[in-house]
Amino acid sequence: MRELVIIGSGPAGYTAAIYAARANLAPLVIASSVEFGGDLMNTTDVDNFPGFPEGVMGPELMMQMQKQAERFGAEIVYDDVASVSLDGPTKSLTLGNGENVEARSVIVATGSAYRKLGLADEDRLSGYGVSWCATCDGAFYRNKVVAVVGGGDSAMEEATFLTRFADKVYIIHRSENIRASAVMKERAEQDPKIEFILNATVAHVYGDDLVSGVGLVDTITGDERTLDVSGLFIAIGSDPRTHVVHGQLELTSEGTIKVDGRSSRTNLEGVFAAGDVIDPSYRQAVTAAGSGCVAALDAQHYLESLPQE
Amino acid sequence: MSAARDVTDHNFATEVLASEKPIMVDFWAEWCGPCRAVSPILDQIASEHADKIDVVKLNVDDNPETAMKYQVTSIPTMKIFRGGEVVKTVIGAKPKPALEADLAEFLS
Repeated sequence: MRELVIIGSGPAGYTAAIYAARANLAPLVIASSVEFGGDLMNTTDVDNFPGFPEGVMGPELMMQMQKQAERFGAEIVYDDVASVSLDGPTKSLTLGNGENVEARSVIVATGSAYRKLGLADEDRLSGYGVSWCATCDGAFYRNKVVAVVGGGDSAMEEATFLTRFADKVYIIHRSENIRASAVMKERAEQDPKIEFILNATVAHVYGDDLVSGVGLVDTITGDERTLDVSGLFIAIGSDPRTHVVHGQLELTSEGTIKVDGRSSRTNLEGVFAAGDVIDPSYRQAVTAAGSGCVAALDAQHYLESLPQE
Repeated sequence: MSAARDVTDHNFATEVLASEKPIMVDFWAEWCGPCRAVSPILDQIASEHADKIDVVKLNVDDNPETAMKYQVTSIPTMKIFRGGEVVKTVIGAKPKPALEADLAEFLS
């Protein structure tokens, strides 16, 4: 049986792995088969992670964290967790390949998943002009007109990135209040290719085979209009990814895994949670990393408190 | 990074469209993280089902004509061709069981 299994390989998962490995817990990190490294794998420049005065590429940062965890003895598997049984002293996890893993403690660091607009044609046109990842798909919009929905940092970042390719980038946001940090917002506002459309929601996505436009509704006047765009990039935030622990771990009203105060302790003994999956507010790489550290220390204390065999 | 052989704008007709066996084209690019993630999974599927399906990859940066012709606007995109026609499109990196489910009709 393992001492500790960590589910997730973003900044929370890998920081937990670094701390746990240094505590000689030889953690197993279940990194995911296609989403290993977490959200930062789909970003470009990360300019706000301390220690990188010139910035660092998201995938590079995650590779460094992975190496650091491996250096101290963390083991990493590139598979998904299909199901878990978290109650009781022995935690059991089934992986995507059918393998079963048992552990005395588990850290859930599954992060969050991109939120959808919830429109009828959004799924149908996903991959045909509707995208959640500008860095993945932006290059297909060379000399095109595109729109980004959202008002947070990720929307500003996506829009700014898209100006490398697109002729024109609209940022559509439902209010006047742009939540993005001042520096990201100003960068977007000063970009001649970017135009803000505020107080507007996307009510329709149009297109037969490929996106041809979006239908907007003015949130103040109720007026409707059509905007011709070839691409719609959705950056309206994300929801905590909790499906694998549903029915076993208590959640908050915001959908995050409930933890005890400033600790990472869930309602089940020996099960800890860290990163975006417990964080409805901040969701930064550095806060996730800090949270992963907390979880590793909590897991370590828990394991030390168990009666020795 | 991948065991699959490259196809290009130039040899797409002979390598893919003229293929007798069903053939999966992985549209990818160097800068695409999810493409790197799904590539080894496609390799596994290719080697486990070598008798039923071929897997090749096409770099969309180097071969924009083919990518544009097949309206690829998101990568990774995997398209299966049979008899010169697209018979299945899968978009986005997915875990192996999910991809195998998507491709079931070509693997069994």
